[in-house]
Amino acid sequence: MTEVAAKSTTTAKILGHPLNAWYVAAWDHEVTRKPMSRTIAKRPVALFRTEEGKAVALADSCWHRLAPLSMGKTVGKDGLQCPYHGIVYNSAGRCISMPAQETINPSATVPSFPIVERYRYVWIWMGDPSLADPDLVPDMHQMSSEEWAGDGMTIAAACNYQLILDNLMDLTHEEFVHSSSIGQDELSDSEFITSHEGNRVTVSRWMRNIDAPPFWLKNMRDKFPGFEGKVDRWQIIHFEAPGTINIDVGVAKAGTGAPEGDRSQGVNGFVMNTITPETDRTSHYFWAFMRNYCLDSQLITTQLRDGVHGVFGEDEAMLKAQQEAIDANPDYEFYNLNIDAGGMWVRRILEGMLAAEANQSARA
Amino acid sequence: MAATNIELWQDAEVTRIAEIADGIMRIELAPALPKRAEPGAHIDLMVRINGEEAKRSYSIVESSADGTKLVISVLKAPLSRGGSTFMHQLVPGDRLQITQPLQNFPLRVGAAHYILLAGGVGITAMANMASVLKRLKADYTLVFVGRKRSAMAYLAQLQDEHGSRLEVHVDAEGSSLNVNELLARAGADTELYMCGPIRLMDAVRRGWVERELDPSALRYETFGNSGWYDPEEFVVKVPKLNLEVTVPQGRSMLEALEEAGADMMSDCRKGECGLCEVRITEITGRIDHRDVFYSERQKRQSSKMNCCVSRVITTETGAQTDASSNAGPAMVTIEPN
Repeated sequence: MTEVAAKSTTTAKILGHPLNAWYVAAWDHEVTRKPMSRTIAKRPVALFRTEEGKAVALADSCWHRLAPLSMGKTVGKDGLQCPYHGIVYNSAGRCISMPAQETINPSATVPSFPIVERYRYVWIWMGDPSLADPDLVPDMHQMSSEEWAGDGMTIAAACNYQLILDNLMDLTHEEFVHSSSIGQDELSDSEFITSHEGNRVTVSRWMRNIDAPPFWLKNMRDKFPGFEGKVDRWQIIHFEAPGTINIDVGVAKAGTGAPEGDRSQGVNGFVMNTITPETDRTSHYFWAFMRNYCLDSQLITTQLRDGVHGVFGEDEAMLKAQQEAIDANPDYEFYNLNIDAGGMWVRRILEGMLAAEANQSARA
Repeated sequence: MAATNIELWQDAEVTRIAEIADGIMRIELAPALPKRAEPGAHIDLMVRINGEEAKRSYSIVESSADGTKLVISVLKAPLSRGGSTFMHQLVPGDRLQITQPLQNFPLRVGAAHYILLAGGVGITAMANMASVLKRLKADYTLVFVGRKRSAMAYLAQLQDEHGSRLEVHVDAEGSSLNVNELLARAGADTELYMCGPIRLMDAVRRGWVERELDPSALRYETFGNSGWYDPEEFVVKVPKLNLEVTVPQGRSMLEALEEAGADMMSDCRKGECGLCEVRITEITGRIDHRDVFYSERQKRQSSKMNCCVSRVITTETGAQTDASSNAGPAMVTIEPN
């Protein structure tokens, strides 16, 4: 028999997360002079801003007796003081004041994680800091572009981050999970095309000459008051490793050329999703809905944010239930379907990143 | 960068040895539980001195990306406590107990300018950092100071690797380092990392304070093994415990007291934490303060000492010749904590 050199993608039910990558630690407005704690990739991190407003992330545990620094207070230009014995660290994580002695122990440091502020988020690099290239921050430019308006929220998702990526890479679930808002039969009837390149995966689906579901009919009428009729609907899912999925979504009056590139007779949104592993079984799910019409309407911004919040609440409940079922059935494996193609390419990329890190890192 | 200070002990095989400079042995190790070493990391290992085990720390000079190969370099110190003699007798195939890489001296990525200062065998702590800074295309200068070229390990490789970013100062050639001139080049956004003999590091620390540079931007690691003066044999008396102990050249005062049965408190054993401090009630001679726990003021006052590293010498000059011409060994009376 010939041995087949299969490059098989596994279906680990709890997928590990790469560390050499940028993850969103927080919305920009969450990080202030008052320190906060957030667990990122299983490590508690203290987040705060310096007097100049620069976001800082230090390991949330004092060098001395490991008390949480996030319970302390910011002092001076860029210091964070331990709430227990008053040791002060600067933004580089170096001790700058050690009470009760005249010198500073040269070993007294806490890890300081590289930070980039971009697209209304504070991004953090939990891995090898010498690899933390700001150019590697995933593209989410719609978040801070004058051509787009919108807002979002954070979901504390009680599941492994990969389950959320799976959810977003295959939108046929909308027909069943979101039947009252964006779901419709045509979702599972229509073909999709999957492609991948480097650390990106794209899944495109077009549904032509269909009735707009309630969510999209409302959006069409915001831009085209009194609109009635059929639409062409699109969902173009863009994944960028390790956890960002921006979904180009919209509808246009049927037959006006949207599939060929003319979207002027439609409404276009981008569902911006970026997932940060918190633990193996919990995730920070940051999302926003950005639109490129009626940019000045705060009413529409609020309506869309609240509407999507309701839709995502349905996902949140499903993901939590799925994680619980996974944990309650340790002897069963995942099976894969044709609709999982996008999610499987995501896994392939993540597993490649994990393997690369395992090669150059701890086995301990 | 994550400070890793959990000591995970493992077996390691000596795979290659080579004398790479006067008295400096390059020792290549294959650890049983490989772990990648970050710049600034060191290992602790167990040496045998007169049949007894003792712990020593050595900087990791090079390591393979997967951590399966670790390289340390050891200077055979004529007045050593015996650890370097043991290390110089190793041959390929020997096995050692070592820790996984430990980190007390992390390199921070992102400073505008770096000065790496290495004195003598201190280059072992700086070589890896310099390589990383080169890879990151950082603005750095590696300053390497030595007595003579033949005693400066890795000099040729460093010249090849760092070119004009390497600055060499050789005492025997009259090009000794001028610390003031060096520090004049350090600005508010410069980080200086150093490893070397205590006189060099003290001079830099003093100059750094005088110039009011950011104290947290001066980084150094001390293994507590060098002093202002050569070690001498001295006597320590502890009336409270009814002890009079001779501290030989190759032993620390802490070790000598422990061997004599004193129950001493200590932790780092490299003059950083201050837990082993003892109060001095009487002294014949001077204290050679080798710690970084006390301030200059406290060292001048000399009412206490960190007995893990600091020693007693007979005279102010501390030279061995003076010691041998003197009537008796230096003597200190202490109250332990």
